[in-house]
Amino acid sequence: MQSPKRSLQPNRRVLPGFGLSLGFAVAYLSLIVLIPLAGVFIRASGMSWDEFWSIVTSRQVVATYKITFGVSLAAAATNAVFGLIAAWVLVRYSFPGKKIFDGIVDLPFALPTAVAGIALTTIYAQTGFLGQFFYAWGIETAYSRIGIYIALTFIGLPFVIRCLQPVLEDLDKEVEEASATLGAGRWRTFWRIIFPAILPAWLTGFSLAYARAIGEYGSVIFISGNMPFRTEITPLVIVKFLEQFQMAEATAVAAVMLVASFFILFFINILQRWSESIGKARG
Amino acid sequence: MHTPKLHRFRAAALPRTPSATTESPAVRWLLTAITVTFLTVFLLLPLFTVFQQAFARGVEMYFASFDDRFVRHSIRLTLMTAAIAVPLNLIFGVAAAWAVTKFDFRGKSLLVTIIDLPFSVSPVIAGFVFILIFGAHGYLGPWVEQMGIRVVFAFPGIVLATTFGTVPFIARELIPLMEAQGRDEEYAAMTLGASGWRTFFKVTLPNVKWGLFYGVILCNARAMGEFGGVEVVSGSISGRTNTMTLQIQQLYFDYATVPAFALASILAFLALLTLILKNALEWWAHR
Repeated sequence: MQSPKRSLQPNRRVLPGFGLSLGFAVAYLSLIVLIPLAGVFIRASGMSWDEFWSIVTSRQVVATYKITFGVSLAAAATNAVFGLIAAWVLVRYSFPGKKIFDGIVDLPFALPTAVAGIALTTIYAQTGFLGQFFYAWGIETAYSRIGIYIALTFIGLPFVIRCLQPVLEDLDKEVEEASATLGAGRWRTFWRIIFPAILPAWLTGFSLAYARAIGEYGSVIFISGNMPFRTEITPLVIVKFLEQFQMAEATAVAAVMLVASFFILFFINILQRWSESIGKARG
Repeated sequence: MHTPKLHRFRAAALPRTPSATTESPAVRWLLTAITVTFLTVFLLLPLFTVFQQAFARGVEMYFASFDDRFVRHSIRLTLMTAAIAVPLNLIFGVAAAWAVTKFDFRGKSLLVTIIDLPFSVSPVIAGFVFILIFGAHGYLGPWVEQMGIRVVFAFPGIVLATTFGTVPFIARELIPLMEAQGRDEEYAAMTLGASGWRTFFKVTLPNVKWGLFYGVILCNARAMGEFGGVEVVSGSISGRTNTMTLQIQQLYFDYATVPAFALASILAFLALLTLILKNALEWWAHR
């Protein structure tokens, strides 16, 4: 058990099971996640560049990028604004039923996307509970990009709120008092004192909501209507290629989506480090 | 008896008017109204709609929805899938959390990032990768066919896609908890002569058991609700490879609204239960 190397580092690996736990975790991740994902890139690298490029820039596929990345941005931005307000209200104010509203925030994490999809479609269809009003105004809330926007807003809702809540709770009220004492109004205190402190967490929440929205499939396909060039999202185009046994096409688009996900994940990591460094600086 | 006087003096010197660090009542009212409306429309309304639609034609029709061979098969298939995927991710979550929180090693933050990876990968890709490996033209496709095993369009593929999608959940619950717990108690147990496993079961586990419990429940809810990856890898064959979510999709597209929402109501109830449990555990921890 006791290798000579280990006894030379008495403070580092005192507890047993380092090799076993790390070895198992790495082997498991490799088998379930990493090797399967690498398969996409290996298969894509077997294609000629021209072939790859012509697939990922074909008109139908480019139309899906615009919808997926554009509508996801709108949904994440909506969550950034309303999530900030909601986090503020849930941390600072009290009102009847607050516990229930706070507890329900995580619903999109726990509710299956397909269930959310059929529920949202029912609500926003022409005869639906809310859809009837929108349609009366001439706004088609189902089977349109607005429908995709509604589904993606639902999916990304918890991220901004859950990222902001702990940071808002940790804010030092005395700094706000000092700001008020020095004559700043509430609005000015918010922008000059509070907002800079919560900015990294806010951006992290926004990016997580955006990352989640880009890959989302289950809740969207029911409400979007899935019309090529109009309401087709990128994950759906992969499914359609697979249904027609067009493996090369599916692989190429999947590779593009994976690279986009990795970029966003990398960005989120940088934001989280920034967030932590601010947290440490504040003590 | 100086204290009350002193207290009054300090209170007078530093007037803590509430308005200095909070907003005017009108602004407070407006922001609260926006929050309540936003959360009601986007969260409470969809949840309510699931149950309202499920019971739209009465309780009898609701229960009649489950009197169907394909619906029952889909429930069984989902339960079997979760029964494999959740324990796998439980073992992984505990191992990963033990390695990450009890030791220092190079590449730790990379490992944590990779654990989170399935969370940002599209579920469709989670199914697609296993077609690339085990499909007819996949890397291991001919090999598994020779062995007489079907992975794609069959149960093993469903389990793999579900496991991929739910990898992070238990590890993500455990890591912050075990990080906060530190290592001193484990060191003490080891010093007193406990074995590694005994230390884990008698010291580490009791400290994190409720967090672990919630992680398992959340992982289970996610596993039973997995959709995109399973749709791609299973081929959606009713009575054979349709899980609950795929059966919901099929019923919904066949305009069988009540059965679709009745089946959905089970998963919505499970989600609700998960949230209630989370809040109960948090309340209990901060008591």
